[in-house]
Amino acid sequence: MAMRRYLLYLLPTALAAIVMLVFAFGLMREDGPSFKPSAVIGTMSPELKLAGLNAGEAPLILKDYRGEIVVINFFASWCVPCRAEHPVLKQLAQMPGVRLIGIAYKDKPEDALAFLRELGDPFVATGSDMDGKAAIGFGITGVPETFILGRDGIIRHHVAGPLTKEVLEDEIAPIVAGLQA
Amino acid sequence: MMARFVLVCWVTLAGLLASSAVAETTLSDPALERRARALMQEIRCVVCQSQSIGESDAMIAADMRRLIRERIEAGDSDREILDYLASRYGDFVLFRPPFKIETLALWLGPFAALALGACFVFLRRRSHAKPAGDLDESERRRVAELLEHGIGPQDAPGNGPTP
Repeated sequence: MAMRRYLLYLLPTALAAIVMLVFAFGLMREDGPSFKPSAVIGTMSPELKLAGLNAGEAPLILKDYRGEIVVINFFASWCVPCRAEHPVLKQLAQMPGVRLIGIAYKDKPEDALAFLRELGDPFVATGSDMDGKAAIGFGITGVPETFILGRDGIIRHHVAGPLTKEVLEDEIAPIVAGLQA
Repeated sequence: MMARFVLVCWVTLAGLLASSAVAETTLSDPALERRARALMQEIRCVVCQSQSIGESDAMIAADMRRLIRERIEAGDSDREILDYLASRYGDFVLFRPPFKIETLALWLGPFAALALGACFVFLRRRSHAKPAGDLDESERRRVAELLEHGIGPQDAPGNGPTP
């Protein structure tokens, strides 16, 4: 009898302890309770049709790049990390078989163009996303963010935040190599 | 007179506050605007997390509000709009996550905890529930004895020899 009573009290205590442990681990997670910006991976890329940055430039139609490996980079002239990642972006543009497209996120075309004139323009095509709708289509939360699209237009990879040499070599290069095979 | 002045002040202030809250283009149809507003409460701001896009001043929240209004005006259902945003940002963007395998614990957890608690209370009460007043022969004799002679040292609680 006494033993049963004892168990009866032990059970909720044990359960509470387990729940507390789960919460503690949740709180101590490295990535924190932040976004897992991976919902779009494996889905078809949105049908983008954006005005080009240069006046008189043909609009950027993403569908035209079907059949090629496309890397899309969302950037802005007002974005400091974009400046930091720019050298890596230029390196990325050198990768054989990769079409690097730049989309200026909520940036005046003239400001975005000045940014590219200053740092160099690594993009084969550019588009202007003034109202941020293209960005929502890709599920981005800020700039810079970068997406890799397969030849079929399906989003294969997503880098939220600035590209680094490590990201380029350890994440992007293997994925592009895999898509080329 | 004074009361009236105060009332006018309050109404003006309320009007100012309301106008600052809707500094963006709203839908001309009030019913559609109401739907848009309700949807905005359902969607988490993706850069501020504990606010809905209806409450947030973040740039992307404003973009999402505009997107919602455009979609509603284009005739999309609430479900379609929520599904679209969830397909881009994951279920996390919804304040009311859908019912599926991954969210089973989330939806059923509280009920499971309640059931468990109810079981606990039930078991505890049953183990405590001794039918009072139903004494057997020896107990009745003991009661009579106690009433006759009072509580002896061996009966008084706390007076016994400590082991």
